[in-house]
Amino acid sequence: MEPTPERMMWMYENMLLIREYEETMAKVYLEGKLPPNIQKGLAFDIGSGPVPGEMHLAAGQEPVAVGVCAHLRKEDTVVGTHRPHHFAIAKGVPLDRMTAEIFGKSDGLSRGKGGHMHLFDPEHKFSCSGIVGASMPPACGAALAAKKLGKDWVAVAFFGEGAANQGTFHESLNLAGLWKLPVIFVCEDNKWAISVDKDHSTAVRSDADRAGAYGLPGISVGRNDALDVYSAAGEAVERARRGGGATLIEVKTDRYMGHFQGDAEVYRPKGEVGELRKNDPIPGLAGTLRARGLLDAAKDQALRARVHAQVTRAFEFARQSAYPQPREALEHVFA
Amino acid sequence: MTTARKLTMAQAIAEAIGQEMERDPKVFVMGEDIARYGGIFGATGGLLDRFGPERIMDTPISESAFIGTATGAAAEGMRPIVELMFADFFGVCMDQIYNHLAKNTYMSDANVRLPVVLMTAIGGGYGDAAQHSQCLYGLFAHVPGLKVVVPSNAYDAKGLMIQAIRDDNPVMYFFHKGIMGLPWMAYYEGSTTEVPQEAYTIPFGQARVAREGADVTIVALSQMVQKALVAAAELEKEGIRAEVVDLRTLVPLDTDAVLRSVTKTGRLLIADEDYLNFGVTGEIAAQVAERLDRMVLKSPVRRLGVPGVPIPYSRPLEQAVIPQVQDIADACRAMIGANLAKAA
Repeated sequence: MEPTPERMMWMYENMLLIREYEETMAKVYLEGKLPPNIQKGLAFDIGSGPVPGEMHLAAGQEPVAVGVCAHLRKEDTVVGTHRPHHFAIAKGVPLDRMTAEIFGKSDGLSRGKGGHMHLFDPEHKFSCSGIVGASMPPACGAALAAKKLGKDWVAVAFFGEGAANQGTFHESLNLAGLWKLPVIFVCEDNKWAISVDKDHSTAVRSDADRAGAYGLPGISVGRNDALDVYSAAGEAVERARRGGGATLIEVKTDRYMGHFQGDAEVYRPKGEVGELRKNDPIPGLAGTLRARGLLDAAKDQALRARVHAQVTRAFEFARQSAYPQPREALEHVFA
Repeated sequence: MTTARKLTMAQAIAEAIGQEMERDPKVFVMGEDIARYGGIFGATGGLLDRFGPERIMDTPISESAFIGTATGAAAEGMRPIVELMFADFFGVCMDQIYNHLAKNTYMSDANVRLPVVLMTAIGGGYGDAAQHSQCLYGLFAHVPGLKVVVPSNAYDAKGLMIQAIRDDNPVMYFFHKGIMGLPWMAYYEGSTTEVPQEAYTIPFGQARVAREGADVTIVALSQMVQKALVAAAELEKEGIRAEVVDLRTLVPLDTDAVLRSVTKTGRLLIADEDYLNFGVTGEIAAQVAERLDRMVLKSPVRRLGVPGVPIPYSRPLEQAVIPQVQDIADACRAMIGANLAKAA
């Protein structure tokens, strides 16, 4: 399946936006976390600075998010992971309110109650969870609801290859196969489940092979390439929309940063990230766009300036926003 | 001869496990990122190099499978230690924990022994939000069949871990991230203590008086002990002498130690980081309430805990719901000033 030029440019711009966002977040995250302004003897303090807690960034994994979300409409549901920014951006979650949430501010999506791993934007039908393997069941639920409501909406569950060893993966695939749910299971295989690589965690080479166990088609995308993901996802989304049921897609993708920021990555072979970055999907797609006459240096520059401005605005918005009042902590346990 | 040096709690736990592994070839460790990474919170640091991947086993992210595997291996005479990375993750494997690990001994009339140590990280205060900041030990103490260990410092952590490994029953061992002495997270330095080189045990069900005082008893556990000690030092400047009782284990619970202290001081504050409702603080208060025929209270019992809300992400919200040093000190001051209602 070949995207239109507009779709291709949308994917490219969103990949630039995601990369800019994640690289900016990596820098901002370090603010206030390094000596000398932290407890003596510490090398890093995860709890201080404007963005506390764990931070999982998705630089390198942009093709998965944009290649799938390029097929989605506003009324389609996306459920992401603990590493959620790229999915949220590609699904159209507003950057300013998402960033304010990650800063724990009152203009955030959840006025600071959720945070980086728990972004909820019902308007754009996006959510995520910090629990590994948690995305598939609620995606099945959104798909079931679409069926019951007689809509042609689809739901997408993103998850990592580590999550494919959770019970929820197997239970959800079976349920989706049994009930012919309009859901697309998208496995981001970045090889690393924190420090444990796939060879040491998974008995099969390709997670796509597991689809057959539940009567579902399984597609393996072997390259970290937006157009390849787009093609596989197009087939899956189309099948789901016309009532043909679920699909499992595995994408071999690359994690350029640590599992979390501050991860010393002692488990990772030296030079691995450098090698992976040689196949950076962003210049890859730029090359294709240039070859097709869709992109030149000036246009590229303009796009990069635009995403830079967008990201700068979002972080500025988050910084300016006020912290919520302590008493708000007690609100909204129930609707 | 005893040689002691200062260890962080993470180092003390890893040392305890290593010494027991040397002593007993049946001891082995399973969990996510516990081998090459040494445990996300350092509880298995250095063990892979010493014991190899046959005994220090990284697992897939399959908690039901590997915790159930520990139960099955224990029934065959092995002595597994398993790590659940965060206590919050119990949701994906609770059936294996509370319907099997916790109950098989009883259902078999103790014909099945399950010497499993299930260790897990707890606690908030560093902005990790609702799914990575809970304590939850109260929930596991509520379920019959699990011993529950909650160390507050490195010395106790080592002795309690060795005791846990040698125990023939399932033991849940909760270490608070904010006292592990990690180089990447602020922690209470009182938790880093002198630790003897040699192996030693601390019996379960023996609370420790971490600080003596005559005016008010603060019952605490885990990181909250360290907060209580800071609060007590602050109160001393005002002439308020707080006694801090570190429970060390919830199951078994050293009720006598609590009663002894409260009998002496006449005032009880229970400071906890777990949820306030239906939990540890209520249990301790009830134990005291049931024995009011034997003691005289000078003020109503007070409890501090996380009010009935999940842990919010935003710093001011999180700081508001997790009891802080200041909250402990304020509660003690209020109790000193409070009077009991006169009996009609």
